[in-house]
Amino acid sequence: MLIQKMLHSAGMLTLSALLGGGLVAFSFEVTDQQIQANQRAALLRGLNEILPAERYDNDLFTDLSYVQNQTLLGTEKPVIVYRARKAGHPVAAILTPSAPDGYNGEIRLLVGINYQGQLEGVRIVSHQETPGLGDWIELRRSKWILNFKDRSLQNPLSNQWLVKRDGGIFDQFTGATITPRAVVKAVKNSLLFFQSYRDQIFK
Amino acid sequence: MTYSSIIYQGLWKSNANLVQLLGLCPLLAVTGTAINGLGLGIATLLTVLTSNFIISLTRNLIPQEVRLPIFVLIIASIVTAVEMFIKAYYYDLYLILGIFIPLIVTNCFVIGRAEAFASKHRVDYALLDGLMMGLGSTLVLVLLGGFRELVGYGTLFSQAELLFGAAAQNLTFIVIEDYRGFLLAILPPGAFIGLGLLVALKNWLDHKLAKTAQFSLSSQIEGHEQFS
Repeated sequence: MLIQKMLHSAGMLTLSALLGGGLVAFSFEVTDQQIQANQRAALLRGLNEILPAERYDNDLFTDLSYVQNQTLLGTEKPVIVYRARKAGHPVAAILTPSAPDGYNGEIRLLVGINYQGQLEGVRIVSHQETPGLGDWIELRRSKWILNFKDRSLQNPLSNQWLVKRDGGIFDQFTGATITPRAVVKAVKNSLLFFQSYRDQIFK
Repeated sequence: MTYSSIIYQGLWKSNANLVQLLGLCPLLAVTGTAINGLGLGIATLLTVLTSNFIISLTRNLIPQEVRLPIFVLIIASIVTAVEMFIKAYYYDLYLILGIFIPLIVTNCFVIGRAEAFASKHRVDYALLDGLMMGLGSTLVLVLLGGFRELVGYGTLFSQAELLFGAAAQNLTFIVIEDYRGFLLAILPPGAFIGLGLLVALKNWLDHKLAKTAQFSLSSQIEGHEQFS
């Protein structure tokens, strides 16, 4: 009697595990393609915001390389560099560095730099800065991040690549200096990295 | 058990968030804006509706001793499926709700409905209960989200396009122009304070309704069933 009850319970548990597993497997089968397409589309949308699609003609997702440089790219992990080319000539590189010294954890960035070393644009990929204060680095909160466009290591000069409070030219936000300071530093470091390794990136 | 009593229980009397105070983790975390609240509310609604349906349908097959693990299995599978579908069809919303969709698994109000209601009642009752409990929760999420968004950012229904597509972009009301934001409302304390205000408002309304009812219709108030 007891054995029978045990077997019955175990059987029902197994059955529901199978059904649950089946439901998950089915949903995965139905949605997997779409999810991957979404992830790519979201990434491509971000990349094209920095570098419009008509500026290059290669497939950014296959033409990428990994670089590693903890001092300039802010993380010990390999960092993806997307390489944009037109008719085989290098146009720009989009780096994916991190700013390790945000107010709360690392800030992940997209930094587009053209072959001449000018910034095509900067976007924030993810961050955990204080909502309402540090999140002004996001484009949906303010246009601050657009200030980087067309700048380079000559514009402004190296000692001006700082927020205003530190004697530079970039605005900080009321109540939040650490966040913009970290972003400015990370963007400058990306430019330095690109300056030193440009030819290796496009090899 | 009548349909109207289930509706009354779900939306008002046993409201999951305002009375039972269940599922507070996602409630407090994602209600930064009305649309985020609505998104999580719909995900929770779908989950509790499906889980109530399945559990009520199989209530006579599930052995009493192992019902809890089975409920957990069913709910976890449903939530995983819901997460995948949101990721596939509302990807931008998924990016915002992120970790809080899987957390619906641990939302005790889903398993609470399974245990307290769906496992004991007919399918049509269970479905209605899931719908009403889910709606009641969604309403609170939207109200709290709207309140925090209004006070925190000075807007209402911003980013409606995440849920309703590009056409909804101009649904956003900028209620206060050039608003610099009120940080407290956006941060977690704002969620606690907002929820506290909503609970207080509900209690105040209840109190007031009870008083008027007592005053004029003292003979008719005994009708509503108690819920344990």
